[in-house]
Amino acid sequence: MVQYNFKKITVVPPGKEFVDIILSRTQRQTPTVVHKGYAISRLRQFYMRKVRFTQQNLHEKLSTIIDEFPRLADIHPFYGELLHILYNKDHYKLALGQVNTARNIIGRIAKEYVRALKYGDSLYRCKCLKVAAIGRMCTVIRRIGPSLAYLEQIRQHMARLPSIDPNTRTILICGYPNVGKSSFINKITRADVDVQPYAFTTKSLFVGHTDYKYLRYQVIDTPGILDRPFEDRNIIEMCSITALSYLRAAVLFFLDISGSCGYSITQQAALFHSIKALFMNKPLIIVCNKIDLQPLDSLSEEDMKLVMEMKSEAMKTVVAQGGEPNDEGVLLSMSTLTDDGVIAVKNSACERILNQRVVVKMKSKKINDCLNRFHVAIPKPRDNKERPPCIPQAVLDARAKESPKMEKRKLERDIEDENGGAGVYSASLKKHYILANDDWKDDVLPEILDGHNVYDFVDPDILQRLEELEREEGLRLEAESHEVEFEMDGTELTPEERKVLAEIRQRKSSLIQEHRIKKSTAESRPTVPRKFDKDRKFTTSRMGRHLSGLGLDPSAAVDRARSRSLSRRGRKRERSLAADGEEAMDIDDEHKSKKLRTRSRSRSRLPVEVVPGEGFKDSAQKVSAIKIKRKSEKSRNKAARRGEADRVIPSLKPKHLFSGKRSSGKTQRR
Amino acid sequence: MRLEKCWFCSSTVYPGHGIQFVRNDAKIFRFCRSKCHKNFKMKRNPRKVKWTKAFRRLHGKDMTQDSTFEFERKRNRPERYDRNVTMETLKAIKKIDKIRVAREARHHKMRMKGKKGIEQKAAERELEQGISLVKAPLALREESSLTLSKIKVKVSQPQAEYQMEE
Repeated sequence: MVQYNFKKITVVPPGKEFVDIILSRTQRQTPTVVHKGYAISRLRQFYMRKVRFTQQNLHEKLSTIIDEFPRLADIHPFYGELLHILYNKDHYKLALGQVNTARNIIGRIAKEYVRALKYGDSLYRCKCLKVAAIGRMCTVIRRIGPSLAYLEQIRQHMARLPSIDPNTRTILICGYPNVGKSSFINKITRADVDVQPYAFTTKSLFVGHTDYKYLRYQVIDTPGILDRPFEDRNIIEMCSITALSYLRAAVLFFLDISGSCGYSITQQAALFHSIKALFMNKPLIIVCNKIDLQPLDSLSEEDMKLVMEMKSEAMKTVVAQGGEPNDEGVLLSMSTLTDDGVIAVKNSACERILNQRVVVKMKSKKINDCLNRFHVAIPKPRDNKERPPCIPQAVLDARAKESPKMEKRKLERDIEDENGGAGVYSASLKKHYILANDDWKDDVLPEILDGHNVYDFVDPDILQRLEELEREEGLRLEAESHEVEFEMDGTELTPEERKVLAEIRQRKSSLIQEHRIKKSTAESRPTVPRKFDKDRKFTTSRMGRHLSGLGLDPSAAVDRARSRSLSRRGRKRERSLAADGEEAMDIDDEHKSKKLRTRSRSRSRLPVEVVPGEGFKDSAQKVSAIKIKRKSEKSRNKAARRGEADRVIPSLKPKHLFSGKRSSGKTQRR
Repeated sequence: MRLEKCWFCSSTVYPGHGIQFVRNDAKIFRFCRSKCHKNFKMKRNPRKVKWTKAFRRLHGKDMTQDSTFEFERKRNRPERYDRNVTMETLKAIKKIDKIRVAREARHHKMRMKGKKGIEQKAAERELEQGISLVKAPLALREESSLTLSKIKVKVSQPQAEYQMEE
């Protein structure tokens, strides 16, 4: 049986989509590959399977539709009536009936074609049969398309119906339109019903829940009812009528005293009397709303009379239920605008319905089962001795003491609040320190002194230890003062010696430095023969200075060096003179001029004969040009610097050779 | 707030300086600056790194055992505050420092004690051997004024100086 919740019905797809779903499922979930070379039984099997599969799926889906939609006879009459009002019962049944027939037809089609397939003799024939079968099934579905669409609409609407439990405690609110029913329900529950100044704002039933005495009550808001004959009522009004008829609930009939809803009290009273038949056996409360606009006492005579009439009617219901004729619980006044009396109304309504339900339950047979479950066990007294509860004396004393002086201890928090709050006052944490002398509570203790942690030194007997230490130190100082410095060095160096030592050290370090420079520049320094010294290191004056620094007389050495120089001796002459066995120095002066001449002659004689040409006027010009060239090259050559003809590697580590990948081959070596 | 010691060089780490490294076995290493930290990461042994206190203590360059070190001890149990004790402590710290510094200076002096003699001997030797770089042997032989008094003087003491042969 379908309960009051219609939200779980599966979606009904429209006709075309239905067909698509089924066909795609057939295609996906049955084998798709078949060749005409297969055995005939296999081919038949293949196509039969497809037809049967389609039929089964359709059967399944249509069955779910039929099963899930509620059968109006099986559900609570309230819902049955409601569904009938909203969607015509007959149409509904018809639609479902169509779906059912479609299901049967499809079953029959499938059976027929499967039978025919058993005698198919070729692939093509089997295929045609299958196509025909599936096509007919799909046509059936397409034909019931409109019914499916209708059912889908119904399903959507049903899902939005309020979930009213017909069996639980319910309060029903009814009355003319605009009297304040929706405002009331907004006030007592969390329901957010639309409240507007025009009539028929509420077009359907709304449910809210409220609590009273730990129990949950449903409060149902109905659309307004107009005073019309029963047949003329529209669907919306019929909703509320249905609710009234079928739900066992307390009824709150709302009365707008001020008449601001647009209907006078007379009209409202007339409505009341026309539907009072529906209030049979239900606790009824007349609620006069909008008393802020018109208080109950200042009503006119006729209106008062009408109200009293209604009240007496309501009273009848109370009496019928077996309650005392209580004046209070029947006619109540309130104002939803000012919240005046709203809670009282709710409480009385809840009370009434609770009492009614209790009474009913007590009368029913099931109560005995409940009553059997309660039993308070009282032990049977075995003698007449009194046994009161035992409380120890200490507790009694403490209780007696406590109650007279129940003073609260002053908390730190209170002090903080007094002195200006959290941001202004900061509690002194040192207040409760336990020290030998209370003056010391606010002392600021240094933690660090001269790179030491003070805490590491703190010691009660530090004084004593310090004294010992100082004594030790004093002793040691004395002992030291008696010691004599035995560092007397008899062999001190004299100032001259010291100077010489300094010179030695300087010489050593300069040697080392020179060597280091030579070593590091060895690769880039050209080895030039001594005759080309551009720094003029190998001159006789230098030699002379060096020798005199060492303490020797340089004159002899300098003379010798000069006499043996090439400019004096000349190259050629040396050989012949040496052969004679005479010293070169003796004939120095004699051959001087000759040597000079040989030198000059040898120099002027050019190795190659100068041929005039190459843009020169004559050979003399060419000769002079050659001389100029030689002169310019001389200094550079002497300095042994790199010239134009020397090989030059512009970049020692070209990037393209030392980096990058090779397009083909390995990069093992560079 | 506490002043800690750098694990590597044993200098004090003031608040706001240095890095603390906590190893997985919960041992804490404090470093005074990135130099020590980087040395540690390189797994260098501070006992082998010349400029650290650990090296200096190990090789006897700095004082190791002294009663002044006993005064400074990390106490784990806090003492109740006593103003008089604290005042005395503060004064004592200064005195202890002075004494400690004096002792360290003494230690250093003791260490440097024989230095003069060694230096003297080294200088003499260098003089002897290197004289040829600045004075030619010919000149030394010929002119006595250039020679050094030490070499020429004949020492009558039993522990005779090395006599240079002419």
